[in-house]
Amino acid sequence: MSLLAMKRTTRRSKEDKVFDLINIFLVAIMVILVVYPLYFIVIASISNPNMIYEGKVWFLPKEITFEGYQRIFNDSKIWLGYKNSIIYTFVGTIVNVSFTLMAAYALSRRDLYGRNLIMFLFLFTMFFSGGLIPTYLVVKDLGLLNTMWALILPKAVAVWNVIVARTYFQTSIPNELLEAAKMDGCSDAKFFWKIVVPLSKPIVAVMVLFYAVGHWNSYFDALIYLNNEDLYPLQLILRNILIQNEASTQMISDLDSLAAKQRVSELIKYGVIIVASIPLLILYPFVQKYFVKGVMIGGIKG
Amino acid sequence: MKAEVRTLPPLDTHAKANKKLQFKKILNNYQLYLFLLPALIYFIVFHYYPMYGVVIAFKDFIATQGIMGSPWVGFKHFERFFDSYQFWTLIKNTLGLSGLQLIIGFPLPIILALMMNQIRHEKYKRFVQTVVYAPHFISVVVLSGMIYVFFSNNGLINNMITIFGGDSISFMSKPEWFKPLYIGSSVWQETGWAAIIYLAALAGVSPELHEAAVMDGASKWHRILHVDIPAIMPTAVILLILSVGNMMNIGFEKAYLLQTPLNQPAAEIIPTYVYKLGLQQAQYSFAAAVGLFNAIINLILLVAVNKFAKKLSGQGLW
Repeated sequence: MSLLAMKRTTRRSKEDKVFDLINIFLVAIMVILVVYPLYFIVIASISNPNMIYEGKVWFLPKEITFEGYQRIFNDSKIWLGYKNSIIYTFVGTIVNVSFTLMAAYALSRRDLYGRNLIMFLFLFTMFFSGGLIPTYLVVKDLGLLNTMWALILPKAVAVWNVIVARTYFQTSIPNELLEAAKMDGCSDAKFFWKIVVPLSKPIVAVMVLFYAVGHWNSYFDALIYLNNEDLYPLQLILRNILIQNEASTQMISDLDSLAAKQRVSELIKYGVIIVASIPLLILYPFVQKYFVKGVMIGGIKG
Repeated sequence: MKAEVRTLPPLDTHAKANKKLQFKKILNNYQLYLFLLPALIYFIVFHYYPMYGVVIAFKDFIATQGIMGSPWVGFKHFERFFDSYQFWTLIKNTLGLSGLQLIIGFPLPIILALMMNQIRHEKYKRFVQTVVYAPHFISVVVLSGMIYVFFSNNGLINNMITIFGGDSISFMSKPEWFKPLYIGSSVWQETGWAAIIYLAALAGVSPELHEAAVMDGASKWHRILHVDIPAIMPTAVILLILSVGNMMNIGFEKAYLLQTPLNQPAAEIIPTYVYKLGLQQAQYSFAAAVGLFNAIINLILLVAVNKFAKKLSGQGLW
């Protein structure tokens, strides 16, 4: 475009060249700052823990061992957590996405009487809430404690996502389409399922991804609403290993000396970080463009 | 964010006919209202009903009596909170942490976006973006776990410090290190992601503006100052209002995870305090009062900053 033309015709001044050089250098430093910790976790998870301890692991794994991973994968709690997290993420996302899209579509229709009021009711909850205790009491009174629904229903709709989806519908579903469909005797519900949703794959993808990541990563709801360890999602089990240092007694019970226990539990920590993040790491490169799209749709129209 | 301003179709002056028309409109769109129903029920049950539930802050909540049956006690719980020796520490920690977070975390994404926007090499640019967005998807538990392993006594950071001849620091047990760790990790995790929105705004700047500036002999630096920055100002103002409006709500999860018995004096913030008193010690009414206090401060901040921003730049949420 014209920017390309500009690149060709205008010569960069000396000042601009210096600027570019400094800029590229600074950006490169930032990239390293972001990447190195992640990279270190990977190499540390397969290095001999003694070498990490002594500060000998910097750029390459030393004395490669898979002991950490073996112990992690032999642990029943990790597998249970994985299973629970997958179920919560799956069911939760279905609830989230269907509620959100239906509401967003209705609110995107200009002929909906009272839409501004309803939108305001939704928006207001972003800025004021009853708080932790009253919400907890509601969940408790509904009998949801120690059920998976405690992790799903209180987070069923995110206002921000309603706004994003509504904006998308408003800008990408032409009104003429609706009028034509109405002429043919199409009902609103039919129009939504048969025309709007198929035309809105990008936003459906964005919603699925945002909500699914949220469910996969959340731990606080499980912390307050669940007591039954059989229901614990992966993040809660991770917290016990990573933060509370309960390097799952089960995982290191066969070790005799305290020192060995300590070292192996460090190794396990690096490993579980990877294990917990693997689903996202695998998905990330494929879905990154959708994430970005979602933020932009939400952001530009504001 | 901004509710769109729209003029309604000309209204029938005759009120009766008008009502009939509205009714017909609602009836015609009944399926749309059915679409709204699940979300509406959700907001009523899990947001508005708890708002009513805050009355327990003015009662002595007795579980067997329910919210309605418990006796009123007026402002007793608020007074107890204001008089408690922790009150000022909590305020200081909460506002200090979120204030610092705002001051440091708000401008950085803007700077990053401006820098990324200047990269001409498309592939390098895409690579940078892929990398800087990634930490956003790490869970708060994993992030906190990373902080623990990196900043432990024989962790990566202390190994680096000792290599350069320093003494190792026990980061997790020093109150003065709580804020830097908390904010530093947030910056690491969220700066790239937060930059997306500004990148989008920058992509919307018309190339003619830049061309004209180049014609006038403007350097890159000048174009950033006089073309790019003004272009992202509206976005920045809105985001600033939103983040100020959320100041008191920040980071329960990470603060709670990063707390150790030793750094507690700096790490206890209102949300973690509410959680501990309310849910761990079952002091529902007192904790609800503290929570309500927090929410009201937050609302006041939002309204104030919105007003201020409107006066200053004409931009606002409403």
